[in-house]
Amino acid sequence: MSWEVSRGRILFSTLIGLVLTVLPLPQLADLIRPSFLVLTVLYWSVAAPRAAGVGLGWFAGLLLDVFQGPVLGQHALVLSLVSLITALEHQRIRSKPLFQQSLIVLVVLAFYQGVVLAIDGWTGHPLPSPLQWIQCGTGALIWAPAATLLAQGRRA
Amino acid sequence: MAAFGTGGIRSQGRGPPLGFRFTLYAILSIVVMFLDQRHGWLEQARFLLQAGAYPIQLAVNSPSTAWSWLSQSFRTRESLEAENARLRNKQHELELRTMRYDALARENGELRGLRDALPQVADRWLAAEIVTDSHRQRILINRGTTNGVFKAQAVLDDKGVIGQTTHVGPWSAEVILITNSEHAIPVTIERTGLRTIAVGTGDEDSASLALPYLPGNADVKPGDQLVSSGLGGVFPAGYPVGRVSEVHRDAVQPLAQVRATPYGHVDSDRDVMLVWFREDHPAAPVTGTAGDLQVGNKALQPQPAPPPRPKATPPAAQPERSGENPEKRQARDAGQPETPTGTPPGANSTAPHTTNSSGGARKPTSPSGTVNPPPAPSSNRGTAPAPASAEAAPATKEPAPVEAPKTPTPEQSASPPPRDP
Repeated sequence: MSWEVSRGRILFSTLIGLVLTVLPLPQLADLIRPSFLVLTVLYWSVAAPRAAGVGLGWFAGLLLDVFQGPVLGQHALVLSLVSLITALEHQRIRSKPLFQQSLIVLVVLAFYQGVVLAIDGWTGHPLPSPLQWIQCGTGALIWAPAATLLAQGRRA
Repeated sequence: MAAFGTGGIRSQGRGPPLGFRFTLYAILSIVVMFLDQRHGWLEQARFLLQAGAYPIQLAVNSPSTAWSWLSQSFRTRESLEAENARLRNKQHELELRTMRYDALARENGELRGLRDALPQVADRWLAAEIVTDSHRQRILINRGTTNGVFKAQAVLDDKGVIGQTTHVGPWSAEVILITNSEHAIPVTIERTGLRTIAVGTGDEDSASLALPYLPGNADVKPGDQLVSSGLGGVFPAGYPVGRVSEVHRDAVQPLAQVRATPYGHVDSDRDVMLVWFREDHPAAPVTGTAGDLQVGNKALQPQPAPPPRPKATPPAAQPERSGENPEKRQARDAGQPETPTGTPPGANSTAPHTTNSSGGARKPTSPSGTVNPPPAPSSNRGTAPAPASAEAAPATKEPAPVEAPKTPTPEQSASPPPRDP
């Protein structure tokens, strides 16, 4: 399996992830919708840690801040941190089967959510509803198909 | 973009190591957060980012826009006719109401000693569409600085206040809703004229406001209408905000727990209104931080409040006082600081107990919190303090009856009549 990727593909898939993340949905669907942007960034920092990595995480997070963050830089910081961790551990994550990968993704998403909430609280903004933790679970569930899809696109 | 690394093949390629790059980015984002949060220096950056993000937001919202456009264009003739009739009826109703409004405005102007009626406080209106729905009680509208929108501008709909703008881009603006828990709007309870602050609850499921600063004996009940009070510098006075939905009074709590339902709904309506108001209008928002009005016509300023002395002698308190007179006087003659048996035959059986025991020693130990709400609220300002002062006044005087005639405070001015005879 070749890990060579073009930068255009990374940017395009990240943009798709952003659109899926901010797409207006009915309330229930909005509640369980995972953050596709975070999943895409995670995938690329595992698949192409040099090409994507921390920089992609930072810019994607900044975009997310512009769209839905109360504080500019909040998601940028956390997403770059998360992509750093996954990029450092990318060889170990890559070698795991998809099921174990999604468990790792669950932990990483929970960590992401926790740090975002911590910054929310630290800057004095109201916390979103605790039901948002559901999104970590749905994100882990959707990791396998998403990773397969992104890998398909890359191989083609 | 060089920030995306070298586009490398290997994980360990050229360029600085990941940890170093992360440190740079982390410092950058912390600086950005600090500047955005503490100083608001990033208004320009926000402006640019919002401009860049607006096409994506439009694109993201295009499916629902297309769907509503489709459903609009394929409507049946009957439903259009029905809507037409409904709108015509509503227009008649509004015209009738406007006629009445003109007369009232003229009458109001005459009453205030004005020769001619005032113009409306709203100088200019601009309709705006909601681009993206509420996320964390914030919405995005399709008007920006090119339309003259400014920061902290009032946003209304046809039913009431919606919110105010927080970040304004060139073609779009972010609006924080009044139901956001970071938002507070100064309101007046229309029935009583009582001023307070309505804070958003941030409840995603049911939009609601809380009035957390009303004392337990405040005259407020479900169904009271809340209008903007004009304080705070954003919302002009007199616009409907919401309706009080529930009032909980707990004898233990010093404050009443009041909830209100806002009139404005962003869920159903897709159109909102941006308002520009006349700066020199008396109903315009007061922007001055000091207590006195800095904008507005000097001639229209409210009269200075009359000294509270006549207000503190409610006629309702007289018979009650005469009823409790013998016991009180007895206690006073005996010189007892506390009157454990001195419960008046009046309606408040528990309130005097608490006020006597707590207020007997010192007055300012929150007498308003322990007083139960009086059962008969006749007038707005008078009743709330009146029973408290009527019951607390003898209690304050009992430890030092000699001082009472020398310092006629407004509360004690109620008591001399029963004392003298």
